[in-house]
Amino acid sequence: MEDMLFYDRLQFAFTITFHYIFPQLTMGLSLIIVFFKGMYLKNGLEQYNEAAKFFMKIFAINFTMGVVTGIPMEFQFGTNWSKFSELTGGIIGQTLAMEGMFSFFLESSFLALFIFGEKLMGQKLHFLTGFLVFLGSWASGWFILATNAWMQHPVGFEILENGKYVLTHFSALFSNPWLIPAFLHNQVASIATSSFVVASIGAFYVLRNKKTAYGQLFLKTGVIFGLISSLLLAFPTGDWNAKNVVKYQPASFAAMEGIFNTEDAGAEIVLIGQPNMVEKKLDNKIAVPGILSFLTYQDWNKQIAGMDQFKKEELPPNVPALYYAYHIMVGLGTLFIALMGLAVFLLWRKKLFQTKTILWAIMFFVPFPYIANLTGWYVAELGRQPYLVYGLLKTQEGISPTVSSGNTLFTLLGFVGLYMLLGLLFLVLVGKTIHQGPKLLKQ
Amino acid sequence: MEIFWFIIIAIVLAVFFVLDGYDFGAGIIHLFFAKKEKDKIVISKSAGLFWDSNEVWLVAAGGMLFMAFPNFYAAVFSGFYLPLIIVLWLIVFRAIGLEFRNQFRFQMWKDLWDKAFGVSSLLLALFFGIALGNIVRGVNLGGVIDGKAVYEAQNFFLPLWNSSFSPLSETPGVIDWFTVIIGIISVVVLSIHGSAWIILKTKSSINESLKSLIFKLNIVLVVLTIISLAVWQVVKPNALQNFIDRPYLIIFPILYFAGIIGLFLDKKFKKDSYRFLFSTLVIIGGITASLASMFPVLLPSTNTVNDSLTIYNTAAENYGLSVAMNWGIVGFILLFVYMIVQKRIMKGKIDKMDYGHQ
Repeated sequence: MEDMLFYDRLQFAFTITFHYIFPQLTMGLSLIIVFFKGMYLKNGLEQYNEAAKFFMKIFAINFTMGVVTGIPMEFQFGTNWSKFSELTGGIIGQTLAMEGMFSFFLESSFLALFIFGEKLMGQKLHFLTGFLVFLGSWASGWFILATNAWMQHPVGFEILENGKYVLTHFSALFSNPWLIPAFLHNQVASIATSSFVVASIGAFYVLRNKKTAYGQLFLKTGVIFGLISSLLLAFPTGDWNAKNVVKYQPASFAAMEGIFNTEDAGAEIVLIGQPNMVEKKLDNKIAVPGILSFLTYQDWNKQIAGMDQFKKEELPPNVPALYYAYHIMVGLGTLFIALMGLAVFLLWRKKLFQTKTILWAIMFFVPFPYIANLTGWYVAELGRQPYLVYGLLKTQEGISPTVSSGNTLFTLLGFVGLYMLLGLLFLVLVGKTIHQGPKLLKQ
Repeated sequence: MEIFWFIIIAIVLAVFFVLDGYDFGAGIIHLFFAKKEKDKIVISKSAGLFWDSNEVWLVAAGGMLFMAFPNFYAAVFSGFYLPLIIVLWLIVFRAIGLEFRNQFRFQMWKDLWDKAFGVSSLLLALFFGIALGNIVRGVNLGGVIDGKAVYEAQNFFLPLWNSSFSPLSETPGVIDWFTVIIGIISVVVLSIHGSAWIILKTKSSINESLKSLIFKLNIVLVVLTIISLAVWQVVKPNALQNFIDRPYLIIFPILYFAGIIGLFLDKKFKKDSYRFLFSTLVIIGGITASLASMFPVLLPSTNTVNDSLTIYNTAAENYGLSVAMNWGIVGFILLFVYMIVQKRIMKGKIDKMDYGHQ
């Protein structure tokens, strides 16, 4: 039973991590594409139109990857988590089915039209199809976050005698207090990822001294979107989510902040340190006193519950992983603000395009928003442990009773091999597209 | 309410097989009949332009099944664990083949990914048929051995095969001689369907020979259908009882046979779309007739200890189903609008259309 749970979790973690590389770009990038296309409609500069079409090519590759890695995600609820599906399918099945109905059909229909139909339908309609692709991809995020919000903070249901979770209030799924903050944080994070990608490609063109006009446009757009989204990530959306965790999952909050012992007054915020689970303390700690209490309650002296306040069964089983995921996310988020702030400052002083060091930094910074996005999701998912449905259904009670660990390991290995190949394909396609770049315009 | 959702999901599934079916079929034709580079390009394009939006229908069907019949979803997906995951791998692998092919210009590279696309299409067609065969045949629900259940009543786990390869064994596997026959029918039907699609959508040089191929495959299909009906009686006595009890259900097998007859009249077609229409009928008729023969059962039990899974004992509660009906209707109206818009803008042959990321 133990190793069944282990392999089921490992397979889900691996496949969802790989999957989420792609949607986090498409959701943010679709907004930037709409921005480019909108600017073109406004000012008629061909450069903006070509930029929109170029990024739609990148979008399309990511969308394809998202589709093929997304189908296994949906199926795995049934294959590896059948008990969970059986018990809660009447509820989370709603939001997942709505995703297919309202998001994927919209996204896939209009993506094809955007790519193939520009000449056939005129510029205004072309803008509209781009906008509908954006709407579809964000709807997808909305329904997935609604599903996850229900697992983090279940609402609008009752439990029958046979253990089944039955929906009683449909609208509660979407007015869940967990949903809006999580959705906004997630969407802003995906804008950050795509801004970094856009800026990075821009930096590459400028540094190579090819397609420089595009490079400058991408840099300008990327760093401005990047600074705004990085700021929004911290405040208000990040802050808002942290307050939700304190309120609804206080045990997870203690674990992710690395608070082993409750202090009488004024909890410190930990910047660096390694959780020592044997001695129940942080090794090599660097912390600032009072800040955490202030950030959480706007009161420097307020008490915050540490892990000593909770029973072992209520605490996330893997405290170090949760702690690191959270601190990596927050640390990177801080760096984003610093880098993009500096870049925007240089842009304003008209020095950005000549400052090579910062261009190199922007170009190579591109993996980090991906890492921050993924670790952010790890915080949400590890923080929910040991539950699938917080406080109600334990993770080990959700696995498929008939699928042995040997079978899961077999399929996990298969996914690893196949996804490596898929990852290679992705890099080749994106690399080629960037190498070709947007169409050069005759001046 | 259960019946409403059963019908909706059946429709979505049938649409999936009609749509993704033609690109599986195109893959099979590509594997065996496309020799010239020009034909290879245009045939893989006829699948490559549309496969991802076609597979969205599979996602939609999966989501609805999850929502409306969670017990069935959970039991079947975990019970058919290995074949399902293998199907997922094939879907991914096929996509890799389609998207990789035109990235580099040397011949070995193209040959490799052509084969990947063709073979995975063929295997997918076979596996989907085998899946249908398994659903019709039923499984050992609860894993009953010597009158004792190993699992809870609705759970089971099927090996890929057992040593007898017999559908009549107490613990049948996924692959046995009955399900393989259904799998081959599926390959034949989708090859016909794929050919019809290629003729409709491209100007490939093999269009004429594909027409005579359809004729030959159609004869094979008739023979296989008769064999499968006979075998079906052996595997499941009273297999056709439902059509006697509920005579209106006979409309579904009629669709199937109408499609086959229509395909024989190939020479009289004024438009290429008629051919595609008839192969579509065969697919829809085949799927719906199989489902109708079991209704309201979704997955028969092959033992006497546990009851079959039906739309009633696997459905979600009524409140959820009726809420979903409201948004489902809105969703389908929207979908219908998208399809009309898309069809109006993207009509005609695809040879000249830009493809992929070249």
